[in-house]
Amino acid sequence: MGAGRRPEAFRSSAQAGLRSPRAPRGRHAALLTVVCAAVVALLLAACSSSSSGSSSGSSSASGKPSGTLVVFAATSLTDAFNKIGAQFEKANPGVTVKFNYNGSSSLATSINQGAPADVFASAAPANMKTVTDAGDAAGTPQIFTRNTAEIMVESGNPKHIESVKDLADDKIKVAVCAPEVPCGALAQEVFKNAGVTVKPVSEETNVGGVVTKVTLGEVDAGIVYVTDVKENEAKASGVTIPADQNAITDYPIVQIKHAPNATAAKAFISYVLGPDGQKVLTSFGFMPPE
Amino acid sequence: MLDADIQLRLSRLNLDTAFTVASGEVLALLGPNGSGKSTTLRALVGLLPLAGGRIVLDGTVLDDPAQRVKIPPEQRPISLMFQDYLLFPHLSAIENVAFGLRAKGIDKKAARDKASETMARLGLDGLAEAKPGSMSGGQQQRVAMARALVTDPKLLLLDEPLAALDVSTKTDVRRLLREVLRESVAANVLVTHDLLDAVALGDRMVVIENGGIVQTGTPAEVTARPRSRYVADLVGVNLLRGTARGTVLELDGGGQLIGAEPATGPVLVVIAPAGVSVSRQRPEGREQNTWPGQISAVDLMGDRVRVRMDGTPSITGEVPPAAVDELKLDHGGELWASVDPAAITVYPP
Amino acid sequence: MDDQKQPFNPLLALLAALAALFFVFPLIGLLTGAPWGRMTSVITSKSSLDALGLSIVASLASTVIALLFGFPLAWLLARGRFRGKGVVRGLTTLPMVLPPVVGGIALLLAYGRRGFIGEPLDKATGISLPFTLAGVIVAESFVAMPFFVITVESGLRSMNRRLEDAARSLGAKRWTVFRRVTLPLIWPSLAAGTVLTWARALGEFGATITFAGNLPGVTQTMPLAIYISQSSGRLDEAIALSLVLVVVSLVVMIFRRRIAGGD
Repeated sequence: MGAGRRPEAFRSSAQAGLRSPRAPRGRHAALLTVVCAAVVALLLAACSSSSSGSSSGSSSASGKPSGTLVVFAATSLTDAFNKIGAQFEKANPGVTVKFNYNGSSSLATSINQGAPADVFASAAPANMKTVTDAGDAAGTPQIFTRNTAEIMVESGNPKHIESVKDLADDKIKVAVCAPEVPCGALAQEVFKNAGVTVKPVSEETNVGGVVTKVTLGEVDAGIVYVTDVKENEAKASGVTIPADQNAITDYPIVQIKHAPNATAAKAFISYVLGPDGQKVLTSFGFMPPE
Repeated sequence: MLDADIQLRLSRLNLDTAFTVASGEVLALLGPNGSGKSTTLRALVGLLPLAGGRIVLDGTVLDDPAQRVKIPPEQRPISLMFQDYLLFPHLSAIENVAFGLRAKGIDKKAARDKASETMARLGLDGLAEAKPGSMSGGQQQRVAMARALVTDPKLLLLDEPLAALDVSTKTDVRRLLREVLRESVAANVLVTHDLLDAVALGDRMVVIENGGIVQTGTPAEVTARPRSRYVADLVGVNLLRGTARGTVLELDGGGQLIGAEPATGPVLVVIAPAGVSVSRQRPEGREQNTWPGQISAVDLMGDRVRVRMDGTPSITGEVPPAAVDELKLDHGGELWASVDPAAITVYPP
Repeated sequence: MDDQKQPFNPLLALLAALAALFFVFPLIGLLTGAPWGRMTSVITSKSSLDALGLSIVASLASTVIALLFGFPLAWLLARGRFRGKGVVRGLTTLPMVLPPVVGGIALLLAYGRRGFIGEPLDKATGISLPFTLAGVIVAESFVAMPFFVITVESGLRSMNRRLEDAARSLGAKRWTVFRRVTLPLIWPSLAAGTVLTWARALGEFGATITFAGNLPGVTQTMPLAIYISQSSGRLDEAIALSLVLVVVSLVVMIFRRRIAGGD
């Protein structure tokens, strides 16, 4: 027997399924709300990041620094400036200092692109020049400290590197900064002074990259600043470069034109140039300005 | 000739079947869904591992787990026509048909020629470059058939070849298939759940239920004397089991009937629905072969109406359509069934 | 195929237009900021040609590696039955969610000169990967191969495997089944995966500079050269090089459809 139908099957089952009509307007409205909310959130985020620079930079007529201060500084200044920043905040309650550390050439480019910095501390005059040439500096840059180069090697100097000339050996892997970066230009000068041709295996974008490559053991040696060797005493060793081969770089500092927090910027620069700032810099191995 | 003894252990089914098929013969494998008929085909192709048994084709052992002999599917001279055709969608019709020949190493031109010939035989002229996606169901079915036939297999397996077709296409294709099978020199096994296919196309029939064979014979034999509820339902007759003492039939499920022919011992009792009449009241003057029950189904079958009654025993009767209204059968309720002894056929199980 | 046109939905059109413009505007910015007068001299300078050459060689090599090693992995993930399949899949796609620099550091710790694999390798064979083109290829493969594996695994999963059964039942040996049935059916995802992998490798920066370093002519690929230019104030040079990359990528993306056999 085929599948039997129930007796009720003979009655017409005219119960066509009636679906409740959807509310198309309701659905679109929900989507629209979500989209608007997303756009508003995006705009708010953009506004607040720029306004926190300007509104908190409200400089009172009395000239007391307050609000947020944004300092762009070369990577080599990291530890020293962090300490200076903490001291400055203690001396000026109401001020919060925010640092952006990177290769000086990168920072200069950012500033010229309109980054909201108040102060720029560069590891070489050349990078400062790109900022002043573009008209983004307020006033004349001042040299606040100096640095010089040192060879950084693995802890204990396992490859027994003794001089710059040793770096020319093909068997020694050397890392330097890219020539556009201050520590890279410094390295080129050192090699020129020592009369050697060194073929590095990598040109890092900032001195931190060189330090990492040495401490990880990826390279045998790198040209960094004396301050970097001092900072990384636990993880690496240094080989001094004699003065006749070495070169000294001046570090200029300047207030940025249209700085959101001009008052605090001026105060910070004064602090750095003053006895408190200089003491910190010397303690990290920097040389005082001439 | 195919000599198959197949034992399989699957998650849903344990299969245990054995049968033979002579060259040129068509064996129809009939059974309900899940009974194991498609699984039997997959085992013959070699896509499933045997738990026991043996498969021998034209003297070659294809599968013998005890002897650790198993010839992989691609080396067996078997063609399988799948229920859903499984035509390669990215190849044209003629590339599909020629696939098996090219797989054997026959060069492209010779393969295409033979494929073209087979396609023409099945009425597929002009469709050589068409892709399966652009063809009708009937055309796809014939391409699948051509693909299976072109390799001259020693064993041809057809898995529900007509299942996916609509009624009118089915009739035409069934006719074509019968011609093709008639000319075939291979052993042919046809799996179907449609009794008409089995009867029209099969030389012999095997009925499989729950992984085992319940009946074999020619289509005529099987339909005349169904031995399972499944076949009885397909054929459209009532099938009961009981014990006979002369013309008295004691039914296994309860109840008693008086038949026309005497018999002894356990019997199968077949009653055509036309021999069962129904009424709302107990019929006058009939004491035997009359019992009450509840209406459980009313079915229109052509120009007759079949009425199913639950009772001791349950039975299906037949009435003219006018009776539905007269007896208000669509309202359900109590009913009396009455059977003419002459309509009762009895045979040993 | 559905011939019915979609009824015009203004909200949908607006959102789609905004999305398209979001991508188009930066491109317009690049075009307007480019130093059109000096384009030829910038693009044909030695450092630019070196960088372009390195980028093309490294990205192609990474794509080949992804094909050779990624395909078997995708196959196993799609069809294999083994414990911990989910973990394996998670690990191989990890580089997709990690910041590339993290990937670079991890590569150093494993394959660097003091890495637990790199150190024995260096001591035994003298081969060291950082600071070499091979190192660039390793870094790019690391970040790009997961894209290949994910795309191809998905393609393998979605194909009808019973077609392979059909081919076997017609007498095709395993290699023929693969060549004539499986491969054509997964071709679109294979092609898409390859293009995606190549594009990711081409644009790779963070892992490359951390693991392989930056040396013009040796490891300085286009993205690195562009970054150096940009950070030393030579912005117009950076834009010129960027446009070269954009053109190369656009050409491949436009032909992706043709290659993949899409609509």
